[in-house]
Amino acid sequence: MEKLDLQALGLRALNEKLQNQTDETNQKDWEIINPRGSHAIAVGVDAPINVTVRGSTGYYCGGMNKQAHIHVDGSAGPGVAENMMSGTVTIDGDASQYAGATGHGGTLVIKGNAASRCGISMKGIDIVVHGNIGHMSAFMAQSGNLVVCGDAGDALGDSIYEARLFVRGAVKSLGADCIEKEMRPEHLDILRDLLEKAGCDAKPEEFKRYGSARQLYNFKIDNAY
Amino acid sequence: MSDKKQNAIPQTVPVQSSTFSQTVNAEIRRAAATGIYDIRGGGAKRKVPHFDDLLFLGASISRYPLEGYREKCETKVTLGTRFAKNPIEIDIPITIAGMSFGSLSGGAKEALGRGASMAGTSTTTGDGGMTVEERGHSSKLVYQYLPSRYGMNPDDLRKADAIEVVVGQGAKPGGGGMLLGQKISDRVAKMRNLPKGIDQRSACRHPDWTGPDDLEIKILELREITGWRVPIYVKVGGARPYFDTTLAVKAGADVVVLDGMQGGTAATQDVFIEHVGQPILACIREAVRALQDLDMHREVQLIVSGGVRNGADVAKCMALGADAVSIGTAALIALGDNDPRWEAEYQKLGTTAGAYDDWHEGKDPAGITTQDPELMKRFDPVEGGRRLNNYLKVMTLEAQTIARACGKSHVHNLEPEDLCALTLEAAAMAKVPLAGTDWWPGKPGTSY
Repeated sequence: MEKLDLQALGLRALNEKLQNQTDETNQKDWEIINPRGSHAIAVGVDAPINVTVRGSTGYYCGGMNKQAHIHVDGSAGPGVAENMMSGTVTIDGDASQYAGATGHGGTLVIKGNAASRCGISMKGIDIVVHGNIGHMSAFMAQSGNLVVCGDAGDALGDSIYEARLFVRGAVKSLGADCIEKEMRPEHLDILRDLLEKAGCDAKPEEFKRYGSARQLYNFKIDNAY
Repeated sequence: MSDKKQNAIPQTVPVQSSTFSQTVNAEIRRAAATGIYDIRGGGAKRKVPHFDDLLFLGASISRYPLEGYREKCETKVTLGTRFAKNPIEIDIPITIAGMSFGSLSGGAKEALGRGASMAGTSTTTGDGGMTVEERGHSSKLVYQYLPSRYGMNPDDLRKADAIEVVVGQGAKPGGGGMLLGQKISDRVAKMRNLPKGIDQRSACRHPDWTGPDDLEIKILELREITGWRVPIYVKVGGARPYFDTTLAVKAGADVVVLDGMQGGTAATQDVFIEHVGQPILACIREAVRALQDLDMHREVQLIVSGGVRNGADVAKCMALGADAVSIGTAALIALGDNDPRWEAEYQKLGTTAGAYDDWHEGKDPAGITTQDPELMKRFDPVEGGRRLNNYLKVMTLEAQTIARACGKSHVHNLEPEDLCALTLEAAAMAKVPLAGTDWWPGKPGTSY
C-alpha cells in the first residue's frame, strides 16, 4: 500500500502518480489521505489498481476512470465517476448531484443517498444506490442500469432512451416518456447480479422497472398530405 | 377599342404585404400542413450588419504602407499560451470550426483535415466524438467537449491537441444539437450510443456543471486528465459577449471562441437560427473589451466566427481585436457544398444551389452533409482537401494584402483605427467612426 498525502503532495503530483500506473504495475494498492473535499481526485486513471480515499471528496472524484477500483471512505461531491469507462467507484457515504453522469461503463456504488440528476445522460454505466436519489435522475439516460434501493425524486427518467431503471421504493413522479415496464426474468437476473456486486441485501422481486415509452424518439409530423 | 374599356376605372395594383410576404405565407402553409417547425442547417440568412459594412482606410501621408508583395507580413498565431504546456501554433489566423461526424460524412471530415493540415491550421471535432479519419488527417485537432458527451472518452481526450468546452454556438445560443434519424447510420448510432434512426436531440447544457464556478472546476478536471498539456478553449454563442468572455476567462480558459448568429449548424429550428443571438460584428469589440478589462487581451486568445468568408473579413476581425477566426460554412462551400454543378439535383429536392440547407435530411447531392453511401461516393476527400487548402491560402493572402496596405507587418497589428463604417449600425457595433466622420454612436465623450 502506498500512501499519498494530498495536502503535502498537491493534486497534480498525486494524479500524475496514479495516471502513470499501467496494466503491469506491481503497486496495486494506494491510499489517499487528507482529501479535505478537494476536486478532481483520482481522475483519468487507467490501470487495474485499488485506490482508497480516506475522507470526503469534492467535484468529479474518479472522473473518466478506466479499470481502477476507487473507494471513497466518506461522501463525494458533484459529478463523482463522471464519464467512467470501466472499473468501479464506491462511495461509503452520500453523493452529491450528477453522480455517474454520462458514464459509459463500470459500476458506481453509492452506499448512502444520491442527490439530483444521478445517472444523467448515462451511456452504459451501472449505478447502484443503497439509499434514495433526487429529482431529474436518469435524465436522457441512454443505456446501462440504475438501481435505487430507496425512493426516487421527481421526474425520474425524463426523456430516457434505453437505460433500465429499477426502484424498490416510491417514485415521486416519472419524467416525460418514462413509464413503468414489465419486470421479466432477464431483468431479475441483471438486478440480482448488480445487487450482489454492490453488497446490497435487497431482493430483486421488491423492485419495479422503468424505461422508455419510446414516444419521443421521432418528431411527430402530420403526414395527411 | 370600346368606349367602356377606354373609360375603365384604374385598378389598384396588387400589393404584396411586407409583413405577410410570400416567404412568410409559405411557411405558415407549411406549418399548417405538417405540425412541425422548420428545421434546417446553416446560419442566419437574414441581412444583418456585417463585415461588408466596414472599410479599411489604408495608408496615406500619415500612415506608411508595406510593399504589397515582398515585405514580410506575419500570420502565425499561438493559441493557449496562458496555462497549457503545449500551446497550438498555427501558420494562418484561420481555423476550421467544429462540425460533427454524423452531420458530415467521414470523407468530408477527412478533407477538412487534409486541407487544414496543408495550410498549417487546426480542425475541430463536433458533437459525436472523434473519428479515425479526422485524427488521422488533422495535424492539429481540437476535441469538442459538448453537453451530449457522445463518444467522449479519456483516450480521445488525450489524443487531442486542444479541448474546446462548448457552452453554446452562434446559430443557437441556449440550444442543443440535433441530428435527425435519416443520418443516424449504424456507425453514427454506435459512436453516440443511441438507437439507429431516432431523431437525436442533444442537451443544451452540460450534465455535470452549471455556472461559471462549476466550469472552473470542470476545466481543472480536464487539465488534470490531460496533464495540463493542451489548451482549453471555451466556446460561446454571440449572446452576452462581454460577460461570457469575462466568465470564461475567470473560469480558466486559455482561449475564448465566440460565434455570431451567422455561424452555421448542422440542423436546428429556423426560428432559432434567425431570432436568437447577435451578429458577430456586434460581439467582437465587447469580447475584446472584456479581455482588456481583465488585462488578458492577447494573453487569452480570442477566436471569432460566424459569416467569415474572405481575407477582408479575416483582416477586419483582426483589426477589431481577434487573434484568429474560425470558418465552417465557408469551408463546406470550398469543399463543394451548394455547388451549381449539382443544380439539377437541387431542383429535384425543391431548392437551388446556394440555398440548399436541408442538411439534416441526409440527401446532399454533393455527398458532404450525408451518411448515404451512394452520395458519399461523389465526394473525393483528396480533391476536397486540395480545394480547402487553396481557399485558405487565398484568404490568408488577401488578409496580408490589406494588412500591408495599412502598414502592418503582422495581421495582429491591424487595429480599429484602420477601419471606418458605412452605416450607423456597423459604426455602433464595431465602435469605429462612420465614414467621413470621427464619430460613432456611443463614442465615449459624446452625449448622443
